[in-house]
Amino acid sequence: MMFFSFAVRNLRRHWIRSALSIIGIVIGVIAIASLGIMGNSINLLVANIITDVGDTIVITPHTAIGETFAGDPRTAVDAAIPAREVEEIRRAANPHRTIPVLQGADEVEFGRGESGYTQIIGLASDDIPILLDLEEGQYPRQNQAGALVGAYLATEYGISPGSRLTIGNESIRVAGVLAERGFAADINPDYAIVVPDGWYESHFGTNDAYPLVIVRVGDVEQIDAVKEAIENRINRREDIVDVFDSRDMLRQYEEIYQQITAFLVGIGGISLIVAAVNILNVMYISVTERIREIGVMRSLGALRREVLRMFLYEAMILGFIGSVIGGIASAASGYLISLAAVEVFTAGTTFGENFTVFDQSAVGFIVFGMAFGIGTSIAAGFYPAWIASQLAPVDAMRKK
Amino acid sequence: MNGEPILRFKDVSKVYPLPAGDVVALDHVSLTVEPGEFIAVMGPSGSGKSTLLNMMGCLDVPTTGKIYLSGQEISRMSDDDLTRLRRDRIGFVFQQFNLIPLLSAAENVEFPIVLTTGREESRRRAIEVLRMMHLDDALFSHRPGELSGGEQQRVAIARALVNDPDLLLCDEPTGNLDSKTGTAIMDLLAEENREGKTIVMVTHDPNVAAYARRTIRIVDGRLI
Repeated sequence: MMFFSFAVRNLRRHWIRSALSIIGIVIGVIAIASLGIMGNSINLLVANIITDVGDTIVITPHTAIGETFAGDPRTAVDAAIPAREVEEIRRAANPHRTIPVLQGADEVEFGRGESGYTQIIGLASDDIPILLDLEEGQYPRQNQAGALVGAYLATEYGISPGSRLTIGNESIRVAGVLAERGFAADINPDYAIVVPDGWYESHFGTNDAYPLVIVRVGDVEQIDAVKEAIENRINRREDIVDVFDSRDMLRQYEEIYQQITAFLVGIGGISLIVAAVNILNVMYISVTERIREIGVMRSLGALRREVLRMFLYEAMILGFIGSVIGGIASAASGYLISLAAVEVFTAGTTFGENFTVFDQSAVGFIVFGMAFGIGTSIAAGFYPAWIASQLAPVDAMRKK
Repeated sequence: MNGEPILRFKDVSKVYPLPAGDVVALDHVSLTVEPGEFIAVMGPSGSGKSTLLNMMGCLDVPTTGKIYLSGQEISRMSDDDLTRLRRDRIGFVFQQFNLIPLLSAAENVEFPIVLTTGREESRRRAIEVLRMMHLDDALFSHRPGELSGGEQQRVAIARALVNDPDLLLCDEPTGNLDSKTGTAIMDLLAEENREGKTIVMVTHDPNVAAYARRTIRIVDGRLI
């Protein structure tokens, strides 16, 4: 206790120096914790945006890129799976539902003179309700023309059920508006128009091939078995299709965002190391200034480890105060940064609505930042403290 | 002390290896210090008297030879054991006073015993010893920087005596004081010796040495 109060007094004696060291630690801890929280928020947000359709298998034409994930932009090639193979897939996936997807683009007039190329997705009428939810209106009936408009497209152009669109030169009635779906492994209709396959084929012409086939597997447990069955049946002689499930995509994104978070925390770590160097410097000065005092204490009967402890206390106190202030400040700043980040990333969507910044891992980052702050302070203080403790009392007392 | 001398040097040498060649600070020194003695160690500067005092105080160990403190051989002891001996058995008074600037007078005196004893008991004992040194109560809470040289040396002597050491070692205790203050300090030390404290004191002032009852002279590391 004696040596603890010594440490406190010495820090107070040089309070400006101590305050500067503390500020260094505070900044470091804030940097680590708030960058961690921010990375974590982005991560949570992405997980929120990505529609977690864990029971979906996506089959695309085999691309040269090989091992990748559904939705990888590098696999966006103009290729399709022939209808013959789709039937094979249907048999392999039985009894699970196989949904072939037609995808194309055409110029669409939205009325009031506004137009632009838009993605058109063609689906069998009875597949649509299985894959997509409606915000308003109705699903188009069997063999009847009627378009479903993606949520953002509808908001942007003020489209509601009953409106008319012109796709290419053909006019079509809007039957309904789709619910917001988010980024998914299979199809992304938020900015697209969904039409029945009959209308699609009569509009674009038929080539009996599908760029994408979706298999809905009711039970997540069976995904791997179904994937294997499809692989065995279609890719027996050569790779014709690539088979993914949506979990692959989530895994990939999680990996990417973990790396982003690690990178951000790493930047924070650098600032904390700078702070630690500052503590090292301050402690070293303190030891050098007090060499004589240390010699006196040693000659009066202070053990080496007691001298060591005294200096470690100093480093620990600096680290502790800095980390506590930093922890509190980073809780605040992390919250604000995350709110801002969520704001930016979800502008114009509703994904951020139920989003909370402080989950368990955000608190974890704060605790980690604080622990790292105290840890680096003690580590930085150790060398000067050790030097102080190893001084021979006679030599130390001889110093000016 | 069960017939043992307080201190016994047996053929002690100390050699400092330096790049320019070894320096022999002590050359085969043998001596004994009996309980209750008051010894002055005199000699020109560089003669080895500080080295002698450091070894008596377990601050340094001999290169060859043996030192017995109350019968215990110290030359092979670990740093921790030597430190404990200093803490419990030895009192130091330095020329520069060497008070710890962060601590008040009373806290300085407490230092050696608070390492092993409770705070309250340490404080009680510190105040008792400070009063014995005729230091004004009002000064107990002052930092060393606020005290005169004589007052600082009184605090330093109180600190040296607070653990009731077997041996009080003084290195030029009056070297930084004017003669009047120096005389007062020497009177305090003589008083301690009269009450039974064993004192070894390094000085080159014959007037100071006159307080001692035995004088050891040292030249070039040898006793003469």
